[in-house]
Amino acid sequence: MATHRITLTINGSTEQLDVPSNLTLLQMLREKLALTGTKNGCMAGECGACTVILNGEPVNSCMVLAAECDGADVRTVEGLAKDGVLDPVQEAIIDRGGVQCGFCTPGVLMSSRALLDRNPRPSDEQIREALLGNLCRCTGYLRIIDAVQEAARRSAAL
Amino acid sequence: MSIHAHPALPEFEYLRPATLAEASEFLAGHPEEARPFLGGTDVFVRMRDGFSNPRYLVDVKCLSGMDTFRFDPHEGLTLGAAVSMNRTAASPEVMAHYPLLAEACRSVASYQLRTRATVAGNICNASPAGDTIGACLAYDGVLQIHGVDGFCQQSLAGFFLGPGKTKLRPGDVVTGVRLPPPPKDAAGVYLKLGRNRQGDLSIVGVSVLGYTDPAAPSGYRFRITLASVAPVPLVAGEAEAYLSANQVTAEAICKAADLAAAACSPIDDVRGSALYRREMARNLTRKGLEQVWHSLNGA
Repeated sequence: MATHRITLTINGSTEQLDVPSNLTLLQMLREKLALTGTKNGCMAGECGACTVILNGEPVNSCMVLAAECDGADVRTVEGLAKDGVLDPVQEAIIDRGGVQCGFCTPGVLMSSRALLDRNPRPSDEQIREALLGNLCRCTGYLRIIDAVQEAARRSAAL
Repeated sequence: MSIHAHPALPEFEYLRPATLAEASEFLAGHPEEARPFLGGTDVFVRMRDGFSNPRYLVDVKCLSGMDTFRFDPHEGLTLGAAVSMNRTAASPEVMAHYPLLAEACRSVASYQLRTRATVAGNICNASPAGDTIGACLAYDGVLQIHGVDGFCQQSLAGFFLGPGKTKLRPGDVVTGVRLPPPPKDAAGVYLKLGRNRQGDLSIVGVSVLGYTDPAAPSGYRFRITLASVAPVPLVAGEAEAYLSANQVTAEAICKAADLAAAACSPIDDVRGSALYRREMARNLTRKGLEQVWHSLNGA
């Protein structure tokens, strides 16, 4: 199987890698770059645990080939905090108790960040729709939705 | 079933041709071994589950014209094959002129999957459950295809031959979907019944588009398409013809729903029984027609 040389930006840093055809973006992040914040849940694009922001939009990284990402800009949960300061969605999900086991949290954070980037003041319904693809078996979702609303309020106040 | 229900992707060669001609030539030369892909949302799942094992995956989404997104009141909408469902659903032109398509796009899976999923891919996958196919059929969509002999067009009517089977030939690459200008003052609705309220594959999906037409004896025409009730996305032609020939009343709508249900040939599967599907096709067709009729009459 051939390998492909790709150059991409991950959390602001340029990376160059040789990747086999069947390596997913998820595998590349976790296994080649040790960015294990992004979780491997279903490998079928259903659970959202592997959500990252690719060229400004959220994707299931298990459903993207690394070889497709030449020239791409990728943002993972490790890139949310800046200089030790948490992103408002990270702060809010802690403060509002939107985390229990934490497995879904990186994906929830990335979907939420992408939502707030395209819609800074979403309604509850818009938050539910944006997070439809992020399954959480612990929280019952209400605290997560509350956290995204809180993050929107805090971001607006900045 | 093992804990690894969806294993890693099997080995294959990823190819990114530079031109459509190169893509068509390669695909035509490897008809059994190569397949084109766009967002990969269907093909990767099928490969992981062992239902598909191509030797070559040909990435066609970056080719010339695949990103086209153009609306012209006289020419209609041209959606390049690589335009995502999210981009389609968020387009002001689509929301204004083809709201049924926007609604169908939003019904598919999740936001992050729709970042990658495309209307053209949904059509080429040719699943009877394809959510956006019904809207494209209702709007009389035409595929733009590049093959070994150059470009051609193919109406969606008659394009589907069976589950996963279409009229596409080896070497054909769908480059876009064109929807003609929509009928004036049209109203549409997509009613999708899944195992949960949003995000699931449909047990039954019903698209209804209605508009005034002075040439029709009833003064109206309706397009009725159904998902997940036949080997191919189904156009309920007899039901459509009945409502254009007969005055649109509550009874006529019930009769049309009966005709739509009679046209179905559903199967039993994990999502629902054939009997349930047929009954729900009837109920959802009636409900969709009633909603569209009320919208058309300002109720």
